[in-house]
Amino acid sequence: MSFFIELRNISKTFPGVRALHNVSFDLQQGEVHALVGENGAGKSTLIKILSGVYSPDDAGGIIIDGEQHDLRNPHEAQLVGIATIYQELLLLPELTVAENIFLGHAPKTRWGIIDWASMHSKSREILQSIDAGDINVRTLVGTLSVGNRQRVEIAKALSQQARVLIMDEPTAALSESDVNRLFDMINLLKNKGVAIIFISHRLHEVFELAERVTVLRDGEFVATKKVVDTEQNELISMMVGRKLDTLYPSTERVSGPVVLELKDFKRPPFTNSINFKICAGEIVGLAGLVGSGRSELAQAIFGITPATGGVLEKNGEAITIPNPETAKHFKIAYVPEDRAQQGLIRRMTVRENSSLALIRDISPHGIIDREKEEQLTKEIIEQFNIRTTGNEQVVENLSGGNQQKVVLGKWLATKPEVLIMDEPTRGIDVGAKAEIHKLMDQLASEGIAILMISSELPEVLGMSDRILVMREGNIVAEFQSKVATQEIVAAAMMGVSQ
Amino acid sequence: MNRLMSSIQSLTTTRTPIEVSGIRKLFFSQEMVLFLCIIFLLVFVGLINPRFVSNRNLISLFLGNAYIAVAAIGMSMVIISGNIDISVGSLIGVLATVSGILAESGYPIIISWIAPLLLGILVNGVMGVLVAYLRIPSIVVSLGFMSILKGGLIIFTGGAWISNLPEGYALSQLKPFAIPMPIYFMVILTILAALWMKVSPFGRTIYAVGGNSEAARLSGIDPKSTVLRIFLIHGFFVGIASVLFSTQLSVIQSTVPSYLELTIITASVVGGVSILGGTGTVVGSTLAAVLIATISSSMIFINISPFWLRSAQGVLILATVLADLYRRRRQFRN
Repeated sequence: MSFFIELRNISKTFPGVRALHNVSFDLQQGEVHALVGENGAGKSTLIKILSGVYSPDDAGGIIIDGEQHDLRNPHEAQLVGIATIYQELLLLPELTVAENIFLGHAPKTRWGIIDWASMHSKSREILQSIDAGDINVRTLVGTLSVGNRQRVEIAKALSQQARVLIMDEPTAALSESDVNRLFDMINLLKNKGVAIIFISHRLHEVFELAERVTVLRDGEFVATKKVVDTEQNELISMMVGRKLDTLYPSTERVSGPVVLELKDFKRPPFTNSINFKICAGEIVGLAGLVGSGRSELAQAIFGITPATGGVLEKNGEAITIPNPETAKHFKIAYVPEDRAQQGLIRRMTVRENSSLALIRDISPHGIIDREKEEQLTKEIIEQFNIRTTGNEQVVENLSGGNQQKVVLGKWLATKPEVLIMDEPTRGIDVGAKAEIHKLMDQLASEGIAILMISSELPEVLGMSDRILVMREGNIVAEFQSKVATQEIVAAAMMGVSQ
Repeated sequence: MNRLMSSIQSLTTTRTPIEVSGIRKLFFSQEMVLFLCIIFLLVFVGLINPRFVSNRNLISLFLGNAYIAVAAIGMSMVIISGNIDISVGSLIGVLATVSGILAESGYPIIISWIAPLLLGILVNGVMGVLVAYLRIPSIVVSLGFMSILKGGLIIFTGGAWISNLPEGYALSQLKPFAIPMPIYFMVILTILAALWMKVSPFGRTIYAVGGNSEAARLSGIDPKSTVLRIFLIHGFFVGIASVLFSTQLSVIQSTVPSYLELTIITASVVGGVSILGGTGTVVGSTLAAVLIATISSSMIFINISPFWLRSAQGVLILATVLADLYRRRRQFRN
């Protein structure tokens, strides 16, 4: 069997860090090859080598169609037909769909000016070929949904005659229905002979989509397996190098009195008349499609976009929360969806981030009590098992999972009674995920009321005691998690009757 | 010098983005680099022309630029918070004139010293409200204020100089231990401001808001009131700077050195304050102000046309930004 692309014993060392060590990898025409591993396992480095961003330590290890290639820069990778779709899509929002697809290689007339007619028709053709003919090639990319932008990005890759498509966590920011469409598209491309490297933290997607899967751990190659020959738990233990107890702990808990109650709570146009209660020691999962109003509901409770009507009761007393400061005062904490933009001050240290929500409380007489601050940070690092060089490491340099733990630690230091978590494990690796789940379980056992928003149904079902489903700004269903299944929750989310 | 040295060691370097051992970190900090540059220049030019390092020259060098360093303290806070103020030069001119007119018209000297502080706080308070609460970008607000203040000053004074200043008005004539008052202001205010930035919760808040305003807000910090307060504090420092400026000579011209605001911003940036906000120290900006002054004085002593000064400042800015870029890239690689 002839391999289309082969990497032989690739190593990559950065000053002081060995990112990849003797990793081998191959890709055949028309296959979907998943690449999995914890954050920091070397996946990104590997794909950056393939896309010409980094050069490996020793040349000669990259073989394409039987010939050695040095991919010295992204342009050379493009020439051999390798295209990469990064997590942060690299489209220009102020240009149209067609302009983005043909950016840098627009068809020209013989006078040397852009041949708009042919650019538009070719764009349309490509989009149709991936079943995305509904996207108007003349609209500005900035106005498209995330799912549609991704389709444009794929079309752009195809316009450059890509034979290999590297997709770095393409599903992370997608809603359920967009994920399904993406998968259809990937299957379509596969049948056309395009090879796809697929990176995802969601293992069930790997099993659904890929033929083979390669596991990396700490920069080393662990194994390449056919997905039919392996199973989720085996992959996880290969990724983490140890057995995970379980991804979803299930301690029996008794919930206490009602801590938070919403009555006709609203913030149009995103959330209408919301009614629900949440008790001490209870984890309530909030499910819904992106745009159903779940994040907006959380933001209204926390005072980011204050509610415009209705009643919010905390321990039986009606309160108003006009801003996050007040929410903090009422012992409500919020771990936002977007760590980098909303959760952390990236250039600050672990210590400075950890104490941020408490900075006035640890400053008697207007001076920060440094000892207390150090102590607080140390406790957070220990309690959450944060892998860091110490209090003074800049959080920017931590992995996603560890960053998330700092955000969580910052808020738990305020001793909240209600903890709102929006996508608590998005984009973090499976080991850190299990740890965060365990922490949530433990926190609930200690009596904290947790409201968790998640797009991952297994997480919602696995973690929650009770599940609320939102659609179009309303709570449309409520389930005890014992009786719920993915199918009925998904049906409620999408408004399909079973 | 010893005092300066120890203040550098205790007040700086927590925000160097690379994680290296303490000594290396100190050595590579912007503040240390600036300090070494100053020492190098003093030694180098002193060898060529010993009069350069005479007490008298050094004092006049510090004296003439103390107000720039003081203004750069407030400016650094503004820039660290993610804003900028380009009206500062014009405001110093207006406040200095106000101070001079009050002194000339026979008000008690203390009033002519304090009025500029209050007026500075007031003017920058208005700017702060526009920036923080009406969300007008600070560059636009301060551009507007720059023109208003500059134009107003010329109309108001008609370009006349104020020269009938009363006895005792000139702060630079006060010389405890043979060192003029403005130099004490520069050193003490820098140390106090640096300490305050480092140990007070509000100081931390400035960095947080400049580093990521949204994340700060979600952590229960009010970025709007933070920005307003920074402008008020900046106004206070500009007020002091204007008094130091107006009292250094026996006449007050109705103009300030051209590009004064740019010199002040340069001091902040060269001092290591990131123009994008979130990092930097006021020790750095003061050292940078001293370095710029040293360079300009050196030029006179080794007979280089002072017109080269502006180019030298430009090179300094680019060198600083490049060094910062290099440091960040290295950190990114790691």
